[in-house]
Amino acid sequence: MKVAITSTGNNLDAALDSRFGRCSYFVIFDTENQSVEFIPNPNKDVIEGAGPASVQLVASREVKKVVSGEFGAKVKNLFDSLKIQLILLSERDKKIREIIELLNQQN
Amino acid sequence: MPRPKLIRRVNNPPGFKGFMPIGASKEENPVVLNYEEFEAIRLCDYLLYGQVRASQIMGVSRPTFTRIYESARRKVAEAFVKPKPIIFEGGKVYFDSEWLFCRNCGCWFNHPEKEKDIMYCTLCGSENIEHFHDEMQDIQTYTICICPGCGYEKEHTPGIPCNRDVCPECNQFMVRKGTPVLRRMG
Repeated sequence: MKVAITSTGNNLDAALDSRFGRCSYFVIFDTENQSVEFIPNPNKDVIEGAGPASVQLVASREVKKVVSGEFGAKVKNLFDSLKIQLILLSERDKKIREIIELLNQQN
Repeated sequence: MPRPKLIRRVNNPPGFKGFMPIGASKEENPVVLNYEEFEAIRLCDYLLYGQVRASQIMGVSRPTFTRIYESARRKVAEAFVKPKPIIFEGGKVYFDSEWLFCRNCGCWFNHPEKEKDIMYCTLCGSENIEHFHDEMQDIQTYTICICPGCGYEKEHTPGIPCNRDVCPECNQFMVRKGTPVLRRMG
């Protein structure tokens, strides 16, 4: 199952990015084969519509869950209709490595 | 022009478009049920909440909720008896599915698939989770006015709306305690 995580950098020690639509990188993590893919966010500096465009990006990768610090109102509705689960982590400076470890804790 | 409506909180959209009576003529005009009317029936007739609690969940006053619920029941009865198709359309709503909180990893998560029960945290797998919107808000809080600026509280005076009452500490208009953050939106 694939999970998208917003990240401030393109390595495992980078911190979780607190924004969704305008984050620096998206991390696509596959729980089955443990693959990790870093994608720079093309919508980072877009004037308008960064949220919905980012929703399209993660949806096209067939993710089932998204982890971020916060989500705007526009993206919540879109994810609801796509049945993709949202996870909010407000704890500062959580590393991508730690989030992947938490995900792997699930049996 | 009547005063603008408060935006109503609906958990999830119905997921289907309406109902058609079996074997009836196609000429009848459909009955249009708003999303807030659908939600009123879902909360009171299906989940069996009382109207006071349901109005808190929807984020409107108790009389407003009763009006919405009454209108919904009338429309459903009309569609039932005539018969007419029912179509879900329109309404001044925002969709806000339930959030759950995990005490183990500190994350908040939602669950868009309402049919399944959530037993453990979707991030860390812990069972130490709690529902957020299902907290049984004390009915007591419904009778207190609170100032959104400084937090001053006083008992609500029936007949004077909280938002016309002024906080003696900082001179801001107060709100009824338990009012959700999202209020009038245009």
